[in-house]
Order: sequence, then structure tokens, then C-alpha cells
Amino acid sequence: MRFAVIQFPGSNCDRDCVHALQVLGQEARLVWHQETRLDSGEGVILPGGFSYGDYLRCGAIARFSPILPAVKAAAERGEVVVGICNGFQILCEAGLLPGALTRNEGLHFRCETAYLRVETPASRFTSHFATGQTLSVPIAHGEGCYRADPEILQELEAEQRVLFRYCNAEGQVVPEANPNGSSHHIAGICNAGRNVLGMMPHPERCCEVEMGGTDGRGILLGAAGIGRKI
Amino acid sequence: MKAIVTVTLKPSILDPQGEAVAHALRNMGVKGVKSVRIGKHIELEIEGGEEKQLRAKLEEISKELLSNPVMENFHLDLRAGG
Repeated sequence: MRFAVIQFPGSNCDRDCVHALQVLGQEARLVWHQETRLDSGEGVILPGGFSYGDYLRCGAIARFSPILPAVKAAAERGEVVVGICNGFQILCEAGLLPGALTRNEGLHFRCETAYLRVETPASRFTSHFATGQTLSVPIAHGEGCYRADPEILQELEAEQRVLFRYCNAEGQVVPEANPNGSSHHIAGICNAGRNVLGMMPHPERCCEVEMGGTDGRGILLGAAGIGRKI
Repeated sequence: MKAIVTVTLKPSILDPQGEAVAHALRNMGVKGVKSVRIGKHIELEIEGGEEKQLRAKLEEISKELLSNPVMENFHLDLRAGG
């Protein structure tokens, strides 16, 4: 599958995403934020980084980039849209996912490997995994504390749209394993159509053994619509 | 006209930055500060327009861009002059 990786001024995981997708046998191209068109059948990745220097709020300015209407249209058509880290923040600001990401509860920028519990295999992004499976995926963010109104959180839970939760190495979802204070320990969610994923951890940083782990492969291959087992 | 938009985190949203400042105040020996909340002060200078329409436009701007209604409230103050 082909992916468009959107480059905003301040994106810094754009090339990593292209590299990881190519390593996984997918096609990937960089698309500058001033462009206005995306091809149909093309997946979209909003990469991590600090678009527009995180001015005003993380993702707030990127939301008004010329490419965003095309990203929204793609999401509405049912194309795959993945927002990683800053990309997740942009998806929330743009209203493609509910809620918002606020400053980490402990104030620290957390740059480490986090453990994630897969909550359901019922999405293309988690189709490679079993419920309760533990993945280890790098995180690097200062504003990853997921917040949403109680009704929204309830809806996300009821519709099994929480795909990943922070857990410890044993797979237990405990407060000590929550790096940023996110409500319900949320690390990643999808939209109602299950074609838009937002997650703070970086799957593109763990797709090769040389990078210290390969747990991100299933997430990106799933996004590409490639079934279980590589 | 000058518009001042004050954006603050909703009371239900934890403000770690404010807490850190409150902590520093305690370290400074300041007593009696119950809490600190940090927000944003945004000034806009606007040319022309009638106050009522301006206010409506500013409300829209504040909701759409200057604040995120999921986690923030805003207060609008419109003043004559530059």
C-alpha cells in the first residue's frame, strides 16, 4: 500500500515513518503541508515532531494547514489515517478524534520505552495482536496526557475504541505504568469508523531488530491492510 | 479596537505547570498560596468593524483557534483604542 507522510514545519519523525514503511515493503512519499491533494487509496500518516513549534497548543496551527482538508476528506472516505505523537495531537485538534492531549501530569518530557496493552484486535491497526498482548514501543512527548469528557471516555470504552493502554512489563494496567497521567491509561484510540488511529507511542521507531524492537511492525502492517504474519 | 483573550484551563483539568509554580512559591517561603493556574493572555489589535459583530467574530476565533474547548475556557475583553 502507498502512504503519504505529511511534513509540517517542525515535523521530525517524517523520514523515520517513510523508512519504516519502506522496510515493511510499503510505498511511502513525503507530502509537504502546503499541498492540497492526496490520492485515493493512499494511506495518510501524520508524523511526530513539533509542528509549528507547538505554538499556541500542540497541533493547533497544523490543523489549519492547506493539506488538512484533504486529510479530513480522506478520513471521511474511509482511507487509513494514522497520527503518531504530534500527529495524534493534530487529529484531536482537527476533530478527527475526540479529546485533547495536555501536559504530562508529572511535567517531565518522557523519552523511554513504554509497554502497551493491546485492548482489542478488532481494528486493522491491532489485527496482528491478541487482546491483552503486551508491546514495547518508544514514547517521546511532553504533552501526551489524554483528556476527554466523561461521556466521550465512556463512548470510547463501550465501542472498544481504546486500542492501546499503558501497562507494565507484565501487562498490568497500573498507575505507575502510566507515563503521562492519561485518562483510562489511554495510549491510542481510533475513530468510530476504525480507519483513523491516534497514538502517542512511536511504532515507526520499533520496526527493525537493529532499532531495539519490532513490535511496531504489526501496527504499521495492519495499517497497510496486510494480515497477520509477515 | 483592542481585544484581549484570556485562555485558562478548565477547572477539571490538572495544571502541572501551575502546580510546579505553587511548589516553587512554597520553596521561596511564600505562605498562603492555595493554588496557581497558568493560562494565556492574547492581545489582538483590530481595525474597523462594529463592536457587536467584532465580538461575535472574536468569540468564533476564540473557540476555533485560540482555545480548545475540550480543555480550556476563554474570556473576551474588548476595548476601544489601540
